[in-house]
Amino acid sequence: MGGLIQSSTARKFAMAISGLFLILFLAQHLTINLTSVISADLFNELSHFMGTNFLVQALLQPVLIFGVVFHFVMGFILEIRNRNARDVGYVKFKGSANSSWMSRNMIYSGLVILAFLALHFYDFWVPELVHKYVQSHPEDPTRYYAETVAKFESPIRTLLYVISFIFLMLHLLHGFASSFQSIGFNNKYSKGLQGFTKAYAVIVPLGFIFIAIFHYINSL
Amino acid sequence: MSVLDSKIPKGPLDEKWKNHKNNINLVNPANKRNIDVIVVGTGLAGGSAAATLAELGYNVKTFCYQDSPRRAHSIAAQGGINAAKNYQGDGDSNYRLFYDTVKGGDYRSREANVYRLAEVSGNIIDQCVAQGVPFAREYGGLLDNRSFGGVLVSRTFYAKGQTGQQLLLGAYSAMNRQINRGKIQAFNRHEMMDLVLVDGKARGIIARDMITGEIQRHAAHAVVLASGGYGNVFFLSTNAMGSNVMAAWRAHRRGAYFANPCYTQIHPTCIPVSGDHQSKLTLMSESLRNDGRIWVPKKKEDAEAIAAGKKKPTDLSEEERDYYLERRYPAFGNLVPRDVASRAAKERCDAGFGVNKTGEAVFLDFASAIKRYGKEKAFTSGHKNPTEAEIIKLGKEAVEAKYGNLFQMYEKITDQNPYETPMMIYPAVHYTMGGLWVDYNLQTTIPGCYAAGEANFSDHGANRLGASALMQGLADGYFVLPYTIGDYLSNDIRTGEISADTPEFDQAEKDVKDKIDRLMNAGGQHSVDYYHKKLGKIMWNKCGMARNAKGLEEALDEIKSLREDFWKNVKVTGTANTKNAELEKAGRVADFLELGELFAKDALHRNESCGGHFREEYQTEEGEALRDDENYKYVAAWEYAGNPRDAKLHKEDLIFDNIELKTRSYK
Amino acid sequence: MKLTLKIWRQESANAKGKMVDYQIDGVEGDMSFLEMLDVLNEDLVAKGEEPVEFDHDCREGICGSCSLQINGEPHGPDKLITTCQLHMRSFNDGDTIYIEPFRAKAFPVIKDLIVDRTSFDRIQHAGGYVSVNTSGNTIDANSIPVNKHDADDSFNAATCIGCGACVAACKNASAMLFTSAKVSQYALLPQGQVEATERVQAMVRQMDEEGFGNCSNTGACEIECPKGISLENIARMNREYMAATSKG
Repeated sequence: MGGLIQSSTARKFAMAISGLFLILFLAQHLTINLTSVISADLFNELSHFMGTNFLVQALLQPVLIFGVVFHFVMGFILEIRNRNARDVGYVKFKGSANSSWMSRNMIYSGLVILAFLALHFYDFWVPELVHKYVQSHPEDPTRYYAETVAKFESPIRTLLYVISFIFLMLHLLHGFASSFQSIGFNNKYSKGLQGFTKAYAVIVPLGFIFIAIFHYINSL
Repeated sequence: MSVLDSKIPKGPLDEKWKNHKNNINLVNPANKRNIDVIVVGTGLAGGSAAATLAELGYNVKTFCYQDSPRRAHSIAAQGGINAAKNYQGDGDSNYRLFYDTVKGGDYRSREANVYRLAEVSGNIIDQCVAQGVPFAREYGGLLDNRSFGGVLVSRTFYAKGQTGQQLLLGAYSAMNRQINRGKIQAFNRHEMMDLVLVDGKARGIIARDMITGEIQRHAAHAVVLASGGYGNVFFLSTNAMGSNVMAAWRAHRRGAYFANPCYTQIHPTCIPVSGDHQSKLTLMSESLRNDGRIWVPKKKEDAEAIAAGKKKPTDLSEEERDYYLERRYPAFGNLVPRDVASRAAKERCDAGFGVNKTGEAVFLDFASAIKRYGKEKAFTSGHKNPTEAEIIKLGKEAVEAKYGNLFQMYEKITDQNPYETPMMIYPAVHYTMGGLWVDYNLQTTIPGCYAAGEANFSDHGANRLGASALMQGLADGYFVLPYTIGDYLSNDIRTGEISADTPEFDQAEKDVKDKIDRLMNAGGQHSVDYYHKKLGKIMWNKCGMARNAKGLEEALDEIKSLREDFWKNVKVTGTANTKNAELEKAGRVADFLELGELFAKDALHRNESCGGHFREEYQTEEGEALRDDENYKYVAAWEYAGNPRDAKLHKEDLIFDNIELKTRSYK
Repeated sequence: MKLTLKIWRQESANAKGKMVDYQIDGVEGDMSFLEMLDVLNEDLVAKGEEPVEFDHDCREGICGSCSLQINGEPHGPDKLITTCQLHMRSFNDGDTIYIEPFRAKAFPVIKDLIVDRTSFDRIQHAGGYVSVNTSGNTIDANSIPVNKHDADDSFNAATCIGCGACVAACKNASAMLFTSAKVSQYALLPQGQVEATERVQAMVRQMDEEGFGNCSNTGACEIECPKGISLENIARMNREYMAATSKG
């Protein structure tokens, strides 16, 4: 496996697989979050399950964390290698003539998402860990909804969330379709698939934005 | 008795090559490892020869002026490669290919060589397919064929309009395999500057590293020249900008005879000259004549109106058009050989029927092919009553599938859409049948110096048929030279490594350096291109499609004085020890200025018209070429003797045992 | 037409280069871009200055020698052509044109606008061939029928002219389009199957060693490729590579 990741093609493949995994995770995350708009009880129930189920906590969560860390570390490695591949730059380089802004700026959209993840962890994951393992509170299956909604009372945080999701959208607009190319999937179905990935890239972040704004407006 | 020994093997025509291969000496594999061969030029002939020699076990060094062997100008060949496979079942055979080639060459080629070429032609296709060359195929998965000029069968294999590219990449891939094995050392961006002879044998070359300017010595047991043709003596041609005669000419100066320099092929279908800035001419493949019809207006007024932009070609009805090839040559029509088609175009334009502002262009029209294909396509797809618009749409698609890249190329250059309006074309210099004289073994008159592909005087006589250059290059390189050279090298198994540290190498290196010094330090009046363009004008006007004694005599003197002026007044900027395109060009033009004179001399001495050599004094009443078999049925091989005009003529009589000499007719 | 040219001048591989301004007059629309440079060079020679060095040879779009980055795009603003096929009618009177060499660590500058692309050759040495002897003892060409679509796709991949525009256009200076075109040509033909595993591994390894960047699927290479080589080839190479790697 070590040797595999040494080659450019394998790195690309790994980047795509981790990306696709995270995209799948996004769908799951959005689904649960959306329940917060519909029913506090359902949201609490699902959150409780995710927060306490052994499989989720012991298996899926580490895999997810690995996926996230792998994706951005590999992203940095690739970016550095790619920058090194052109030691003397162009005086004039017209990237817009042949490629999309999204595809050329994955590192920047990725960095914004990374910064967002820091905020997001600070907002939810860290308090969660403190709650569960430091303060060793007994589990209260009804606490999640209130905690979540409370975060969106701040207009600044809501705004940061919205901006981050816009960058997520830009990242996905290139990244999702690109993953398939990287794993070698480019055939007669690709056109249709591309339509799906573009739709997904727009709808999922919009979903998150909707939730954030919904709770912010509710809190007014 | 001529000093030229063609070494044609005895026996019946169809057994000569087989017998010869059985009888020549071989070098055993262990000894091959101790023998070095230099190959200059990495096109189809050089690339394939280098790969095969290396595969046989010789140590090969290749040289090319391009940055990669893959860029040699064979890459630009468009239409196809001939082979007597008879896959179409239309009666093709080795004999027919042989016959067509000898006839197409106007009976000025060597029977035995041409028959061998036809014999190995089929094998070339097998070889290339095995190498992964993606030839065009039919829906059944088998190879497709098309027709080319001067023949009545379909024997041309092709890969869209990029056959040369695909074949060259095939040869290059074979080279790669040997480079990867360490059997070929490729010296790219290196130019051969001189041939080194030791004891009368070719034993190496002097080369210039075009990046550092370093003058290098390379020794070997034999030297193969596969450096292409000399069409650039005309300045404007379809050759690459860098194509040059230096390697062949240096060998000529060292004793290799130069044969039939005046046999030049003017290709009928090229994009016309657009202005003085023009640096080269672009060919439109002969394959277009499969479907395109060539015409000019019947009335001079119409031609003038079209040239002035007052009328459009599509305004003229069928009755107002003169499809002059179909009119003059009903049997072959638009598919007459190149020399015939070129002269016919010149004849019409000279008579005032040219259709562009320079008066030097005719139409190549696809309208009827578009309709024909459109109808066929509609019919086969079950659409029995198509409208005119549907037919044209389908027809355009069919034509695009066949010639798309050529049409695109035409539109890019001329800014006109050939699907809507006929192409304008005019003849241009394309290929040179003349070259270094070689015997049956492809050895020049210098022992150990071989010539292959367009660089030798070859198998094409006075005119080459379409799709035969690729065939000859690969036949020489893959199947002929690697064996015949063994016969010579078998005497060298005890020679040991050739030293480059000898007085002969010292002298050759000094000659090269002196010449470079002279070029760098000449008077500095005019650029190299100034001289090249002037030479080109003389050549085109006086040694071009039609020649006469008076013009040729003038050309002799004009070229001589131009050459003298060049050496006095040329201006080469920069220095000799860096990349210097001006210096590279200067060296090449210096040789063209000598070759041009020999060219004119050869054309002047040949008092007949044959193939690409058309002397106005020798034509029939209908304006067809008039050959003189009694007096000129020979190869003219010129021995260097100082000034090109003093070159000494040697004749190799051409003996035709298997073909009856006839007046070439395509009517 | 009157133009201002900003051209990269660099004496040699190790020298420091810079952009130099030139004015040129009398440019006609029918001139090719390289013929325009010929005119400039003729002027420079007349003035006794060193002309601008640039690679070019066939001037009909097939040899792959010409290699200029023009106004930030390889082979200039038009698509599906090489620089020698770019005509001045694509520009307007008074335009300023930037002319730079193709830039990549694996394409070091030799002089002015000439770069060293032998890295491409080395990728092909590594595996760009079928190991068949060239001495003619092969089977008949028609003994293995090849599906027409595969043959056509193979041909389309094989039309790559090795100019390096893909690398020049890519923000990562990646050579994947080039390498994948070579891999694909053979992968699509029965003749190429025998060595498929070794070929793709060897060529990718060499590509990486040369210092080209990684592909991030921006698609710039496909758009700028003068021969329209498709991104499908990169996907195919990725597949071939992962399949080869899983085989070991």
